[in-house]
Amino acid sequence: MTLTLPDGAVHGRAGAPAGGGPGDGRRPRLRRRTLLRLGFLAPVVVYTAVFFLYPLIRNIQLSFQDFGIQSVYSGQAPYNGLGNYRKLFDDPVFLKSVTNTLVFVALSLLCQFLIGLGLAEFFRHTFPLSGLLRSLLLVPWLLPLVVAGTVFRWMLDTSNGVVNQVLLATHLVSDPVPWLNSPHTAMAGVLICNIWIGVPFNMVILYGGLQAIPAGLYEAAALDGAGRRQQFRHVTLPLLKPVIGVVLTLGLIYTLKVFDVIWVMTKGGPANATHTVTTYGYQLSFGGLSEFGVGAAAGDLLIVVAGLFAVFYLRSLRAETGGR
Amino acid sequence: MARVRTTVGVLVVAVMLFPLYWMINASFQTNEQLARRSALWLPLGGTLGGYRDAFAQQGGHLLASIVVGAGATVLTLVLATPAAYALALLKAPGGKALLSVLLIVQLVPGIVMANALYRIFSSAGILDSAPALILADSTLAVPFAVLILRAFMISIPGELLEAAALDGAGAVRAFLRIVLPMSRNALITAGLFAFLFAWGDFLFATTLNLSSTTWTPITVGLYNYIGAGTNTTSWNSVMATAVISSLPAAVLLVVAQRHVAAGLSTGAVKD
Repeated sequence: MTLTLPDGAVHGRAGAPAGGGPGDGRRPRLRRRTLLRLGFLAPVVVYTAVFFLYPLIRNIQLSFQDFGIQSVYSGQAPYNGLGNYRKLFDDPVFLKSVTNTLVFVALSLLCQFLIGLGLAEFFRHTFPLSGLLRSLLLVPWLLPLVVAGTVFRWMLDTSNGVVNQVLLATHLVSDPVPWLNSPHTAMAGVLICNIWIGVPFNMVILYGGLQAIPAGLYEAAALDGAGRRQQFRHVTLPLLKPVIGVVLTLGLIYTLKVFDVIWVMTKGGPANATHTVTTYGYQLSFGGLSEFGVGAAAGDLLIVVAGLFAVFYLRSLRAETGGR
Repeated sequence: MARVRTTVGVLVVAVMLFPLYWMINASFQTNEQLARRSALWLPLGGTLGGYRDAFAQQGGHLLASIVVGAGATVLTLVLATPAAYALALLKAPGGKALLSVLLIVQLVPGIVMANALYRIFSSAGILDSAPALILADSTLAVPFAVLILRAFMISIPGELLEAAALDGAGAVRAFLRIVLPMSRNALITAGLFAFLFAWGDFLFATTLNLSSTTWTPITVGLYNYIGAGTNTTSWNSVMATAVISSLPAAVLLVVAQRHVAAGLSTGAVKD
């Protein structure tokens, strides 16, 4: 997925079409040029229609159909109104996955943001090797998520994992913690991995935001007697607000759909302790029961939530830039 | 003060990258060493056996990942470049609407796409094939590529294109002769990201190509190694496979270091 920073793509260029106005006697030429421009766009337009809009519409349609294992063989999938949605909200595992999603998203966002902001603030000053160190920090973000999940699964292993070995050696715990094997700690386990993956993104975007704040403002604040903490509160935070909005909105949209990390580490278990709406939706469709209709309904709910936040974000962005 | 910062910075990076060190460390140890109750901090007296096993057992998956990644990269650039040109420099009608659509489609969770594409590919009869994954994986990169290429092309001075037009070059020739060469860096960045997205994909591979023996990529190979909750005994070949799967990211960081951060902030969040 992609974001647009406040100065980015949302605004586009002012839209007056080039070429003559309508009815000025140059119609054939105008039409040719317009066709040519459309020709450059056509591949992506067709692609978007086939690979995004059509799947989306099919998914919405599917969520109102009784499409289970029987449909795979018979090809019959009668419409059942809100039946799939009702099934979801009567399902205790689904309700648990909703709570899990709230916990997973809130804690991921909070920790990624705070660590990312700390690092961005730290790297705001240039010092020997700062550029190199900053780009090295990007590696976790570029890694395939399956790799990240696998490595953390190994590090959090109950008997051979390095995390337990360190905790035991430093006497912070007296018995090994069954990180991914106990319903009480599994969520913490997947959270640690997901936070690790998300920190670089937060750092890069917030670092960019900090770079855009004029140094003169800090000097002026210092002259007025503002200490570090006051400078942060009265200069950094207010000026960083739009960027913070971007980071949190996109982080939220991304975290809602996290799949690989959880699937690789716990598959939603143990005892559904780490199922989120995403992994449970997948489980419904592809987990052996082939409840495709109910799975589609879970997916639609995710889109609605992500969409609401995106709309909220775009509107606040417009209010911010349009208020000049 | 600067020296203190460098020291702290090195420490922070060491902590953040420790999981990667631990992966590499484990990939060179023997399974007996890995099974010990106390960790070996250096792979002393280790083995290359993990890598031998990884290449022997995962070679086919590796090849599939390379082919699918390359295919998705080419497809993404072929689709996205002309569109970015039209959006940035030709003021194509409907461009604004298309931009909004490209932003919005990226909200759609992967599980929804996988569910729908499964059905579409199933009726088209292309499940378990290379095209299935190339087409599905490009959905991760196309909107992203259009947006970063467009952001770059906007900075190409209009005078250049006007001069070309005066010399009689049409939109197509201006695209091929001026815009494409000038956008080389942006094309490399967009292409590398497209490759990386396809390389890292697990969800599409595990739903659309699960029963294929030829076209399952390395991410699925790695996942199958550790299975679901079963106790793996050969963690060294698992970790060797993980290291091999991470190589494209490492290469990307070395080759396109400057562009990665720029690409990230122009516009990307990983899917």
